[in-house]
Amino acid sequence: MSGMWPLILSIARTHILSRLRQTMVGVFGVAIGVGFSVMMASIMEGSQDDFVRQLVDSLPHISVTDERREPPRQPADQVFEAAEIHGLTTKQLRPGIKNPYAIMAALEGWLPGAVAPSVQAKAVIRFAGRDTAASITGIDPKREPDVSKLSTQIRDGSLDALYKSSNAIILGSGLAKKAGARIGNSVVVTAGTGRALSATVVAISHAGVTQIDENSAYVLIKTAQILAGQTGLVNELRVKARDVMQARAVASRIEAETGYKATSWQEAHEDLLSAFQMRNFIMYTVVSAILMVASFGTYNIISTITHEKTRDIAIMKSLGFPSYVVRRIFVVESMMIGVMGLALGWLLGYLMSYGMAQIEFKSPFMDATRLPIIYAPSHYAIAGAVALTASVIAGFFPARKAAALQPVDIIRGAS
Amino acid sequence: MSALVEARGLRRVLDGEVPTTLIGGIDMDVNGGEFLAITGPSGSGKSSLLYLLGLLDVPSAGEVTIDGRATSKLDETARARLRLETLGFVFQFHFLLPEFSALENVALPMRALGRLNNDAIRLRSHDLLVSLGLGDHAHKRPDQMSGGQRQRVAIARALANDPKLVLADEPTGNLDTASTAQVISILRAMCGPGSGKSVVVVTHDPALAAQADRRLNIVDGKVSV
Ligand SMILES: Nc1ncnc2c1ncn2[C@@H]1O[C@H](COP(=O)(O)OP(=O)(O)OP(=O)(O)O)[C@@H](O)[C@H]1O
Ligand SMILES: [Mg+2]
Repeated sequence: MSGMWPLILSIARTHILSRLRQTMVGVFGVAIGVGFSVMMASIMEGSQDDFVRQLVDSLPHISVTDERREPPRQPADQVFEAAEIHGLTTKQLRPGIKNPYAIMAALEGWLPGAVAPSVQAKAVIRFAGRDTAASITGIDPKREPDVSKLSTQIRDGSLDALYKSSNAIILGSGLAKKAGARIGNSVVVTAGTGRALSATVVAISHAGVTQIDENSAYVLIKTAQILAGQTGLVNELRVKARDVMQARAVASRIEAETGYKATSWQEAHEDLLSAFQMRNFIMYTVVSAILMVASFGTYNIISTITHEKTRDIAIMKSLGFPSYVVRRIFVVESMMIGVMGLALGWLLGYLMSYGMAQIEFKSPFMDATRLPIIYAPSHYAIAGAVALTASVIAGFFPARKAAALQPVDIIRGAS
Repeated sequence: MSALVEARGLRRVLDGEVPTTLIGGIDMDVNGGEFLAITGPSGSGKSSLLYLLGLLDVPSAGEVTIDGRATSKLDETARARLRLETLGFVFQFHFLLPEFSALENVALPMRALGRLNNDAIRLRSHDLLVSLGLGDHAHKRPDQMSGGQRQRVAIARALANDPKLVLADEPTGNLDTASTAQVISILRAMCGPGSGKSVVVVTHDPALAAQADRRLNIVDGKVSV
């Protein structure tokens, strides 16, 4: 039976070659389908990856904060179903994370990654009579490089420069520009608590994201604690997981062990990630539609060929060719178109993706960038598999019809 | 001597609003090595009978036994296999595959049968073409040959798998006198005690019918005596 294959292939090849122009139209149809699918996937997933990478780079993978998922139960709650409490004044002080260094030491025992403390404070930076709002983060320069990209985003100077003077500050590039301050300048930092101190600008950071660069400033933890008016305050532990995708699992373990709320980057951006999922769903729908339209072309060609070759089919069947051989001939023809189209489509897709990657975009929200294209073998494999499956299906129906043909009907009509 | 082909109570009725009877009850035999001519007026059912004997069509009633095998219960695949192994066809129109050379056309049934390797198939195809005087035309496509040459290629293809029975439907219908004479002598030479093939030929041609061992006259789908 396997001896049939050379025969099937040679007949299929002759048919395809005898209709060269139509075949080429079919091949180009599939090629354009595959090419655009590959290009679209590489742009969509490239931009998604790029976005997620920026997100993951600019934010901690996991943020452990002094909040709790459930408010602590009041003593009265434990006795009565419902309780009304009078005369309570809310605590003015932020609770902070208790024993942050003990918790960090415990986490470092098992954590697949690194952890660093930070203190957040809102402040106004005054320089040369101009006030600029800033969000101040107190950091530990020794630990910071393990959990964030900040150390690589310092343009002039370094993180360690924070140790240089008693009150040193690093300004985001946009913030420095707004305030008009430069390295060496002394600025006055006034916190929301009313506390003020004067600090020396020791470095400029540049993350490349306008939102961050225009708002952020960094100081030592102890400086931030002074601004917050709470010594020993640490209100966030930031964790960098070795495997970004594990962040969710790691976060829930941290939460279970410490009792503090640990938010993974996925949780923090649930809405964005589900928007991406929706976007991918739409993309694959469109891509499938493109490939299906391409396979209609193939279906058309194979139908035409089976019509034109009715007589040849009758000849082969009258000689005693089994039906499955006739069926395979036309399915193989369809696959030949599919395979040629897919090879050409891969090339086209690669070239178009490459071309797209060369275009430069300017954005008011970010540094000038090129389209983040990724070249993933899986895109080529998926587009190829869909195109090939579609062409097998496109060939199957005409082929089945051809194979069911009764030779005597044709022969009777011809003689 | 038992018959190679036995047809018993053979009927073929086309369904339709008005059912058409093509074959209305025929009993007949074809003996081994026999050259049988089927004659009769146009529209009498000669071709229809040949399709039934050649397993191209399925009788509405009756049985065709070929080489001892009853065929009415066989499925399509089995009938195709039996055609490939034991039958050869020649039609009025040559029915060659247009994109293939004479040699490739002759090779087709052998490749489909798969008993010989490629070299043996090529050799045998070439020998068959040479024996039919087409040695120089082996690599021509059908549209590069004359009608008589094409018909001889079709005969070579019918002989490819060394069938026991060759069925021909007006094989000389489209040929000039010279080609007709050639085809008649080729068909005649196939039969006889030596080669052992049987030939059933449907024809209007008195010259061809005259060569037959026996004649079967069909009128209105029945054997007329
Ligand atoms: N598909 C069909 N539908 C209806 N009637 C048909 C069909 N095919 C054949 N017939 C009729 O069946 C009868 C037998 O046809 P058949 O082709 O067997 O005759 P024939 O003896 O071979 O004629 P000829 O010598 O002209 O070839 C004819 O009357 C023909 O008109
Ligand atoms: Mg006829």
